[in-house]
Amino acid sequence: MSLTAFGKPSRLSPARRSHAVPRLRRWPRHLWMPGLALLVSLAALLPLGFIGWVAVRTGWATASALVFRPRVGELLLNTAMLMALTVPACAVLALALAWLTERSDLPGARVWAWLAVAPLAVPAFVHGYAWVTLIPSLHGLFAGVLVSVLAYSAFLYLPIVAALRRCDPALEDVAASLGLSPWRVFRRVVLPQLRLALCGGSLLIGLHLLAEYGLFAMIRFDTFTTAIMDQFQSAYNGPAASMLGAVLALCCLGLLGLEAGARGGERYARLGGGAARPPRRHRLGRARLACLLLPATVSLLALGVPLVTLARWLAAGGAGVWRLPEIGMALGQTGLLAATGAVVATLAAIPMAWLSVRAPGRLQRALEGCNYVVGSLPGVVVALALVAATVQVRALYQTVATIVLAYVLMFLPRAMLSLRASIAQAPAELEQAATSLGRSPARALWTVTIRLAAPGAAAGMALVALGITNELTATQMLAPSGTQTLATTFWAYTGEIDYASAAPYALLMVLFSLPMTWLLHAQSRRATGR
Amino acid sequence: MKFTVPSLAGIAALAAALLAAPVARAQPPGITVYNAQHASLTKAWASAFTRETGIPVTLRNGSDTEMGNQIVQEGAASPADVFLTENSPAMALVDRAKLFAPLPADLLAQVPANFRPSSGHWVGIAARSTVFAYNTKKLTPAQLPASLLDLADAKWKGRWAASPSGADFQAIVSALLELKGAAATEAWLAAMKANAVAYRGNGTALKAVNAGEVDGALIYHYYWFGDQAKTGENSGNTALHYFRHQDPGAFVSLSGGGVLASSTHKAQAEAFLRWITGKGGQDILRTGDSYEYAVGVGAASNPKLVPLPELQAPAIDPARLNSATVTDLMLKAGLL
Repeated sequence: MSLTAFGKPSRLSPARRSHAVPRLRRWPRHLWMPGLALLVSLAALLPLGFIGWVAVRTGWATASALVFRPRVGELLLNTAMLMALTVPACAVLALALAWLTERSDLPGARVWAWLAVAPLAVPAFVHGYAWVTLIPSLHGLFAGVLVSVLAYSAFLYLPIVAALRRCDPALEDVAASLGLSPWRVFRRVVLPQLRLALCGGSLLIGLHLLAEYGLFAMIRFDTFTTAIMDQFQSAYNGPAASMLGAVLALCCLGLLGLEAGARGGERYARLGGGAARPPRRHRLGRARLACLLLPATVSLLALGVPLVTLARWLAAGGAGVWRLPEIGMALGQTGLLAATGAVVATLAAIPMAWLSVRAPGRLQRALEGCNYVVGSLPGVVVALALVAATVQVRALYQTVATIVLAYVLMFLPRAMLSLRASIAQAPAELEQAATSLGRSPARALWTVTIRLAAPGAAAGMALVALGITNELTATQMLAPSGTQTLATTFWAYTGEIDYASAAPYALLMVLFSLPMTWLLHAQSRRATGR
Repeated sequence: MKFTVPSLAGIAALAAALLAAPVARAQPPGITVYNAQHASLTKAWASAFTRETGIPVTLRNGSDTEMGNQIVQEGAASPADVFLTENSPAMALVDRAKLFAPLPADLLAQVPANFRPSSGHWVGIAARSTVFAYNTKKLTPAQLPASLLDLADAKWKGRWAASPSGADFQAIVSALLELKGAAATEAWLAAMKANAVAYRGNGTALKAVNAGEVDGALIYHYYWFGDQAKTGENSGNTALHYFRHQDPGAFVSLSGGGVLASSTHKAQAEAFLRWITGKGGQDILRTGDSYEYAVGVGAASNPKLVPLPELQAPAIDPARLNSATVTDLMLKAGLL
């Protein structure tokens, strides 16, 4: 799972590039930085390379027999239908919620705004668990769409709110003064300004839909990821799983291409000096109560259902489900993996983040792109590739090093984005001054720029750690023997239909995710300092 | 806010230490068990064994064919010392790849000859019976299928469930393949694709029968007994139908255990297997909440179960069960 698309400064505010920090033209002194960045990017290409290698080794005859069969068609249709229904539904819902909380005089708008983001604190497979508890017969496409919309629409709500807050209301006033009705103003002036947010958020949701295993396994809807896990759990690292993985990787690349095409090249920043005044909130009038129904229903379904289910299972399980030694061990192992992964991912992100700010160029952008592409691949594909790469190498196979490598590949974009934003705020001149005072380039970078970028690095680390805490598929496939994280233990219990014993683990994952969700919420509202 | 930044060397050393420490422990102390049996059962076995002998046991949990294929792909580099399964096909798979070490005679003697393969490369550790769990409000005993093969009939369309991705169901298919041949199995699987509702896991299938989503499900017996012993919330409306009469549906599946030829702790691995098949391990089957059948010489099963000899199971050499052909046939039928 990745958070690559939103919060990416170049996408949300294209105008920013114009006043970039002065570039360091001379690379040679820092030649080791491009070298390191190249190394990290090559490592990131490892999974894609292995998929290709497995395809070649399998041979065309076997590969085509495994790819062109009715089951793959079924899965493609399922996945396409899921996307086609979920993404627009999320967009409409997120747009409506964002408009109500940002642009209307909805009572308690600030509370509803927080409640619209809060479902992100509940991992998708916990959403699935809650709904299956509530309605045991819930399954299939529409169930999948319902639960995914509830679990993921906040990924669109956040960037839309951020974009709405940056819109200049003067544009809307001009359009209205030229005779456009309020609805047409929204369609022709506001909506185009939300285009980047809509594209980025939709991409993020699409990638999550492709990668998610637990949610769809719970509600019995087969996608590529669940089919790959089925294959893996019967044939381990067999050619059938690898070929499905290759098709899934192609779907991801297709989605990335689609989003890049839909994004367009228009400029959305305001011209001229001064600051935009805050937009006027529309009066809902007599529709206020009716409008309240929407956020209330969504919160009830997206937050009420998981929380009530959890409370119910915890009450049913009583003290017996709090097996403290076992929970303590899962907490410890999850913490260790999350901390190690976060530190390593952030260290690995430094060279590319630094290059993208100080010495951007075509080669650098291409290498950076590699990292994003791999970060958008589902965990199951990355894990399959690493299993294939290490299965015969006893020194690496089933070690913490391998699972950490998988985490780094999957979550590197999270670390890179946060780091890049704060390196951009550290003046290059300070670094140059430090070198002129006799520090070596490496020391100058470390003691000046990285120190100034520490808040961004910390935020990136937290995002990576959160991703690792809620990661299920790659952890199951790659972790050392005896590893029990919160997510895998939760999953093992639900597999035995012991929902009560699984509840404490779900609760802990939700509690860990809450602060991060709050941070995302705060960030989306900070855009104009309000 | 003031951030104190540790030195670059310090961070690098920390990262190296974090990575190197677990790498150095890639080979944990004691034995590593690849466990495809129910995690709770093997955990009970392992902790009692460690208490008695002081030998630590590290478990890696997975499913039968996943771990069988995993061991084959790992080959001589496998970190596993012992492999435990729920069903025999995965054991046969590893045995055909010649990756098991022959077991000592005293260990084999703890299990009757009909509960282990003639090769002597692995032993039975427990057994489970195929059953048809049905919703008592939807089916009367007279309406039950007389044979597993009857479920292919069009009148069962949409009315029965199974967990085709699971090793348990695949073991039942391997028995069908062994008893009736490839053509009959292929036809039955094609009918199943049309008739059956697929669930993930036997417990989920039982839950669906209980809720009345389907009339019945082809599962193993102990899911029902386990749920009855707990709260009965997933099985209160259901009963078990045993096919008997040497029908493929009366198949009793043998859980197996073996020691890997590549193990560097063979003596300890054999001690673990000897303990499981001996009194200590088999008593846990009788007294614990696994409800699987005990298979040791003279070992009694849980008194709540229908005794093994009354099940009239078909005679099948567990070593002949073929998981690879089953997977191929199921792929072909579009069930995987």
